[in-house]
Amino acid sequence: MLKIENLEVSYGAVQALRGISMEVADGEIVSLIGANGAGKTTTLHAVTGLVPIKTGSVEYDGHDLRKIDPSKIVSMGLAHVPEGRQVFTRMTVAENLAMGAYHRKDKKGIEADLEHVYERFPRLKERAKQLAGTLSGGEQQMVAMGRAIMSAPKLVVMDEPSMGLSPVLVKEVFDIIRTMHESGITILLVEQNAKMALAISNRAYVLENGRITMSGDASTLLHDDKVRKAYLGA
Amino acid sequence: MTEFLQQLIIGLRLGSVYALVALGYTMVYGIIRLINFAHGDFIMVGGYTLYFTIPILLHQIGLPAWVGVLAAIVICALVGVAVELVAYRPVRKKGTSMSALITAIAMSLLLENLAQAIPAMGPNPRVISEEIFSTAPISIGGVSTNLASIMTILIAAVVMAALQLFVQKTKLGRAMRAVSENKEASTLVGINVNRTIVTTFAIGSGLAAVAALMYCAQYHTVTTTMGSMLGLKAFVAAVLGGIGLIPGAMLGGIVVGIIEALVTAYISSSLANAVVFLVLIVVLLVKPAGILGKNVGEKV
Repeated sequence: MLKIENLEVSYGAVQALRGISMEVADGEIVSLIGANGAGKTTTLHAVTGLVPIKTGSVEYDGHDLRKIDPSKIVSMGLAHVPEGRQVFTRMTVAENLAMGAYHRKDKKGIEADLEHVYERFPRLKERAKQLAGTLSGGEQQMVAMGRAIMSAPKLVVMDEPSMGLSPVLVKEVFDIIRTMHESGITILLVEQNAKMALAISNRAYVLENGRITMSGDASTLLHDDKVRKAYLGA
Repeated sequence: MTEFLQQLIIGLRLGSVYALVALGYTMVYGIIRLINFAHGDFIMVGGYTLYFTIPILLHQIGLPAWVGVLAAIVICALVGVAVELVAYRPVRKKGTSMSALITAIAMSLLLENLAQAIPAMGPNPRVISEEIFSTAPISIGGVSTNLASIMTILIAAVVMAALQLFVQKTKLGRAMRAVSENKEASTLVGINVNRTIVTTFAIGSGLAAVAALMYCAQYHTVTTTMGSMLGLKAFVAAVLGGIGLIPGAMLGGIVVGIIEALVTAYISSSLANAVVFLVLIVVLLVKPAGILGKNVGEKV
């Protein structure tokens, strides 16, 4: 579904990605783990066109994403839940969710999905008329995820959805990711919380200084000594 | 009391024009954080469009003079979009906010000087001898006014209400609000950011054309620098109300207009501008974000 090959990205003289290759197949949850500054966010930004790609290719559903206007990518079924939620703080929760369906024309489908999101996130329904900027971090994360669901995605890339949340909320966020996956959405997850990420993933990649240093089944990596020492605090 | 009401209407009329111009500043500022110094000169472009089209409309086509505003809206929107595409966008891609600001000043000077250099426009003032709206006095309950004033206030109110509805309720309006807040997140939900910015320029510049119609209905004269002082005061109005906020621009415009009218009537016309700026300074000392501006509490 998503195929990244020899991807390189630079910010000025600083090279953030030094030729990474990875794949996400239909129906998988794949996580990309690594330390701060390893290049995880840059990878996702390169996929959805938020940073220019130096060399390499990003292919989604058979399309070369480098040739596609970034604002068109979401309409192809690829949604990006960005780092730090990036909800529209001066819009209401309901408006934020409506923005997720911005590219869609099927009114009935949008309404059904909104019902669905409100069912899954009852707290968002209670706060539908409230400005998103006044919500807590956990609630904002739910808005960001709800906004992605509203775009009717096939693949969702998520950047640190658990960042800054309490353990209870982290668990809730991962539960949501699981139900999104069960409803048929393929997921590429970037996380610093490697333990939780590996626990729900099929496969994973480890990113270090802009290079993929390890990859494989999530359960194998979860028990790998190097991974345990570096990322699981064991 | 009648005298006071009279002045209030004059202030409202002035303020309506300021408000419309302030909206142009505030919309562009809201979306790209740029003070578009050329905005005042868009009024001048609108004024000259009226100057050229009104005689044709009246004498050759047989339509009322105010229809000229449609031509002015189109021309102003085109000029606004051209300035964005040719000057602001390339600078925004490469430069800092300071270089963008200087580019805006350059665009203002360019438009003014260009107008002066074109023989049919500058350098001398041009008179629009035809009536746009009747300026014959009308008395309402002892308060004397005219159709031009009433139409100015009415049109401004309708335009502002329509704009507010547009921004709050339509898809494009929502996109404009989204882009003004977060360009990256806007791209991710499928909004074409550059196209939204261009649309904002077109609408803001179109409003300047409406302001030009009101100006010409009252003063019947266009000059190449007619936009400078008007633009400056409208900018003050936008900041006073809270720049970036549409209701702020409306309120700021009306406040500036009324202060100006009352000071002119009861103190001295030469002090009017001074008092306007004094009020601005006092308001900014007390509320740095303007009358309606506030620091939205954002949790992270």
